[in-house]
Amino acid sequence: MNSIFSIHTVRFLVLVFVQVLILNHINFLGYINPYIYILFIALFPVKNNRVVLILLSFLLGLTVDMFLDTGGIHAGACVFIAYARPVILKSSFGMIYEHQSIKFNTVEFGSKLTYFTLLTVLHHIVLFSLEIFSVSRILLILQKTLFSSIFTILLSVIVTIIFSRKTK
Amino acid sequence: MQQIINFIIRNKNFLLFLLLFGISLLFTIQSHSYHKSKFINSANFLTGGVYNSANNVTGYFNLKTQNELLAAENKRLRKLLLNVNNNADSIFIDSLTFSEDYRFYSANIIKNSYSLNNNVLTINKGINDSIQQDFGVISSKGIVGIIDKTSGNYATVISILNGTSSISAQLKKTNHLGSLIWDGKDSKFTQLIDIPKIAKVKAGDTIITSGQSSIFPKGVPVGTIESFKLDQAENYYEINVRLFNDMTSIEHVYIIENANKEEISNLLGN
Repeated sequence: MNSIFSIHTVRFLVLVFVQVLILNHINFLGYINPYIYILFIALFPVKNNRVVLILLSFLLGLTVDMFLDTGGIHAGACVFIAYARPVILKSSFGMIYEHQSIKFNTVEFGSKLTYFTLLTVLHHIVLFSLEIFSVSRILLILQKTLFSSIFTILLSVIVTIIFSRKTK
Repeated sequence: MQQIINFIIRNKNFLLFLLLFGISLLFTIQSHSYHKSKFINSANFLTGGVYNSANNVTGYFNLKTQNELLAAENKRLRKLLLNVNNNADSIFIDSLTFSEDYRFYSANIIKNSYSLNNNVLTINKGINDSIQQDFGVISSKGIVGIIDKTSGNYATVISILNGTSSISAQLKKTNHLGSLIWDGKDSKFTQLIDIPKIAKVKAGDTIITSGQSSIFPKGVPVGTIESFKLDQAENYYEINVRLFNDMTSIEHVYIIENANKEEISNLLGN
């Protein structure tokens, strides 16, 4: 229990720092940034309490918001995907999730990719809708969502492959 | 009563989600209105400290270009200084009654931002350096933004690349006033609106601040006119302004305090 607790604390801090100090300065083509701090929500243990996950996601989003001066857009998007996570888990992993025995290192690559994709796209849509906050510019929202999602998904998959041995 | 408690327990996830999502929405809406965001900003001890120590490292990467900028500014100022008519000894200046209208402070940007819709910068000066809300921020090339939140050692700056900012600006040639806003599309351009149709507007003309807002003195350079068109009612020009500043790479900035600001705002009754 204790080691799991400390792993997640370290992961929380590392992801926030990597996000605000490195990834937010990429600005590829002017506005495309990956937001891989949502890996914390994606890789949170399935067994744990949902209330804990939602609260921690709010805290995660609010920390990122504080660094980026963005009001509450990251907090909102994080809380949203944290609440929607069981549904996404069920639709991407199917039966394994029902038995409550997912280990993210052992599941097959295809369903893991579906899981990351759904989570990322949902997060980015909420994030950019809140950021731009205007229905008349929905094309810009979709454009930002599309390009940033590709970047985020690619980076999340690479990161999970690289670090999969250590977290076993 | 039992049923209410049961309902809450049964739906605690959903209620918690609604509560937290509502809070985030509140923060978001607050951040969209000028000077309203209260709690969540990067001008605090923790985020300011982290950005400051990160900036100590990353500051070295563009040391050369920043040095060139500063050297170019020094050259310009030195030229001004040498060309001033040196008749100072014929005028009596009493240093006790000499009052300056504008005070300048220097600062470094420790967090830059230009890709969002509402960009906010962080600088490494705060209340301890007598920086307060609504001071103007400029760089050697032109306008940067307005101070928003301050803490002991840090302050946030509402960049001109922010949907909520609106700064009074004018044509350099003719004194026609307008307001400078940003449409959120390109970090090289801002938009100047409300310039009356009667003004003679030409591509390439210079835009400067107007000095009407008691934040910036008159004549801080903003940019040049890239293109212009009449608005829908065909009464005012909408002008696309190419900024002098490269907002993606600014490091050294100056903060302007208007010493007469209180007097002006008292007079205007707000």
